[in-house]
This record gives sequence, structure tokens and C-alpha cells, in this order.
Amino acid sequence: MRMSNAVAALVSGLGLCLLASGAAPLRAQEAQVDGMQGNAAAGKEHYRRFCVGCHGKEGDGNGENALWIDPKPRDFTIATFKCRSTPTGTLPTDADLFHSITRGFVTTNMPPWGPLTRQVRVDLVAYIKSFSPRWKSQGAGTPITVPAETPADMESILRGRGLFQKMECWKCHGPAGHGDGPSASTLTDSKDNPIRPYNFSSGSRFKCGETNEDLYRIFMTGLDGTPMPSFADNIKPEDAWDLVHFLRTLQPLQTPEAAAWHAWLPSHAAELKPIGPDEGGQ
Amino acid sequence: MSTKHVASIALLVLAASTSAAGPAPAPRAGGISGSVTFTGTPPKMMKIDMAKEPSCEKQHPTPVMTESVVTGAGSTLANVVVYVSAGDQPGPAPTGTVRYDQKGCEYVPHVAVLHVGQPLEIYNDDQTSHNIHPLAKANAEWNKSQPAGSPPIKATYDKPEFIAVKCNVHPWMHGYFAVLGTTHFATTDGNGKFTIPDLPPGKYTLIAWHERFGTQTQEVTVGGGEAKADFVFKALPY
Repeated sequence: MRMSNAVAALVSGLGLCLLASGAAPLRAQEAQVDGMQGNAAAGKEHYRRFCVGCHGKEGDGNGENALWIDPKPRDFTIATFKCRSTPTGTLPTDADLFHSITRGFVTTNMPPWGPLTRQVRVDLVAYIKSFSPRWKSQGAGTPITVPAETPADMESILRGRGLFQKMECWKCHGPAGHGDGPSASTLTDSKDNPIRPYNFSSGSRFKCGETNEDLYRIFMTGLDGTPMPSFADNIKPEDAWDLVHFLRTLQPLQTPEAAAWHAWLPSHAAELKPIGPDEGGQ
Repeated sequence: MSTKHVASIALLVLAASTSAAGPAPAPRAGGISGSVTFTGTPPKMMKIDMAKEPSCEKQHPTPVMTESVVTGAGSTLANVVVYVSAGDQPGPAPTGTVRYDQKGCEYVPHVAVLHVGQPLEIYNDDQTSHNIHPLAKANAEWNKSQPAGSPPIKATYDKPEFIAVKCNVHPWMHGYFAVLGTTHFATTDGNGKFTIPDLPPGKYTLIAWHERFGTQTQEVTVGGGEAKADFVFKALPY
């Protein structure tokens, strides 16, 4: 074991030397978002000012505020990120990290950092990437393809409802999407901290954005480090929009999907099989 | 036929059978066997209540127990992975697929041993949806849903690591992937016994890993025959 570790260290060390001396235009700890270059050294200055209190000097999520924060600040040293455009198990793109910083994480202590200039945020992305060796040994994943949105009509909503039943979304998110499914109370994140499934009736933004496309990505990439898995292997891209459309009807928001649903429901409620165990959904 | 003839035919057969097993080196392969026991008091395993998943509950006439410490008669320990950590020649990953099943809302086997780079296939044999969430740290962590009737999930790991596996839908489901850099390993049976076959003579470092009690290391010299190596873990009740 010790031997092979030493060899592995040597090999990865060699790899690093190669990377550093190679002709790569972008060093691994740098970042690029929409043509803007991020610099890790500059990012470090901003990190020490804005981020260190929660995420800690070492980037391990153990800043001095961490004790009082739930959910806990992200640990950058393991490079597992919730909000990605890339498949489960892969690293997010620089743009994904940039958007996470900009957007913040609603219902957590992470505020939106839009007030910082774009350059500062891109520099922060570059610095955050210096905390884990995974950024050097592997690049970001390839973003999943999101096909053009299909019409959000009642047929689509009802097919989506069937998927909500079949994929057993309700086991955690609850039959009505209230975040109260049978498994909800037992959920823990990958660091064994209790975590709640999203409650659609809260009407709050999703952690990873607010558009239909963001919602599509959430269940097709999974939120790594949390119980939310990727459904990319089980839901076809063309069917995924159906689930998006149904999920919108669970929110107390004025969306086209909710409007269609609430217009349809009073005259058809009796036809719907309830969602839950031993039922087929629609 | 003289006894001399019989003996030479037997030798020929032996030679043929060893060569059929692969291009083994000339010296007669030995092995390491032994048993794994514990001292102290292990934690009590709990009955798993599967009432929230009737399709699994009805597969088990008697309640299923948790499996973090499985003991056998005579203070023996099952599910211990014993493997050669140094001394053997690193070889390519076996091409055979390691199969991991979700059956009756349990992981079968509880500990799946695979080689770095070896294909792993995860099956859902249940009438319910599982999510497979291996909590890898050295390797990439991923989390995939697998509804009833869906095809196996294929995966490989490129770094040695003991990876805890859980299903977030069914919180009692716990298992492990033991990703090793060697093909020389064994998992102890219900009586704590293990045998690592086909080891050429030499000095080896042997590690025994248990999910709850950690690791033990031992140096073992294999001559022509079978070497012995026993491990004793210190068990704590909590």
C-alpha cells in the first residue's frame, strides 16, 4: 500500500510538472467564464475577505461561522458540488461555479454575490478550484444537452405526473410535493448532516436556479453531495420536460403550467389516481 | 500399467490443468489462509423495520438485521476484506464484471470487492426505486436513481478506496465497495475464514479491513504451500 502510494504520488507529481511546464493556455487553477479570465492569486484576496468566515482558510467549509450554519458551508477540498450543468460524478464548469456564487443558495446562509464585480467573481472561481487536486487531474464534465422545451400542455403535465409517481419522487418530496415523503425525515447529506428535500409548496426558488431549464438540470444531473440522485439514466430527455411541467403545478406560483393545471383540475379531479404507494399515478 | 506410469500421467494432467489456468510462473503457487476473530464486545445488530417499503418487507419472513458487524461462532468476524497490499506484482484489472445487487432492500454482497478499473454492474432486483449513492472521497462521488426494472448501472473506480454505499430512499441500506489495487484478496465467510490462493513464494504485506473496526496489517511469508495468517480485531460495543 505504502509503496503504491509513493509511486502514485510520484506519478501524479510528474503529471503536475508536465501540466505546469506544458503549453496549456490555461493553468488548472485559473478560470474562464464567457471569455473573462480568472486569476487564483487575485481570487485569494477576495476569498479571504468575503468567503473565509464560512468556508474557512483551507476551503474545507470549517470557517468560524460554520458551527452555527445549517446547511453547512461547502467543503471545496472534496470538489463535490450541487449545482452543475454536468453529469453526476463530474466536476462543474467554471460558469456553473460562477452562477452559484452570483445566485447564492436560497434558504441557506450563502447570499447572492451579484454586488461583486464579474471579475472578482471569476477570480473567486479560479481560487476555489485550487482547493482540490481533482481540478488538475480531470477537467470539468461535459454539460448535458438540454433539448428545446416541449409545449407545456395538459398532456405533458399528466405524463410528468406519471413520472413523479413512477420515479418515486414522492418518497422524499411527498405526494403533494410538500417535502414530507416517507423517507424525508431520514435524509442526510454526504457528510451525515440532516438535510431536507425541497418543499415545492414553499414557492421558494430552487437552489440551482429558477427557470424551467434549471429545474430540468437539477433532476437530470442530480445535486451531488445530497440525497438527490441523477435521473439521466432513467428519464429520456424528451420526457424530462414533462416532469418539469408537472413540478411547476406543485408550486404556488403563477406559471403557465399552474394555470393550465388549475383550469383543468376542477372538472377532472375524480379521474386522478392519488400519488403514493401502490398507485399508478395517471 | 506400472505405478511409475500412473504417476507420470498424473503429473501430466496436473501440468495441463495448471497451464490451462493461465500463464502462471514456474514456482508452485502457494496461498495464505487464516481466520479473523475479535476480542471485546461487538455492537448489537438491530432489526431493520422495512414497513415503509412493503414490497421489500414481504421478501423477508424473518426480520433482516443490520450488517455492520456480522459475527460467527467462536468470536469470528465475517465481511472482513483481507488483501495483499505489498509484495505482489501489480497486474491489469480483471476483465470480469463484479455484480452488486439490491435485493429485498439489502445490498448483496454487503461488501463488493473490485479491482481498480474493473467493471462494476449494479442491479435493482426489487419492485421499488433505489438510488445508488456511493460516498466516494478519493474517487468521484455520484448518485443515480434506479427505478424498478431499469438496466444495471455500470461504473468503474480509478483509485483504491473503501467506499460506503447508501440508498437515500431506504436509509437502512448500507454496503461497501472495496476498490483494491490487487487481485489477491479474500472476504471472510460466516465463520471468519479466508483463503487467498495462487500466490507465488515471497514476502507479502497483508491488510485486513473491517468497516467498523478499521484495519490490521501483517507481514506474511509464503513458501511453497499455504501460509497462515490470523487477525484479531478489538471490538467496541458502540
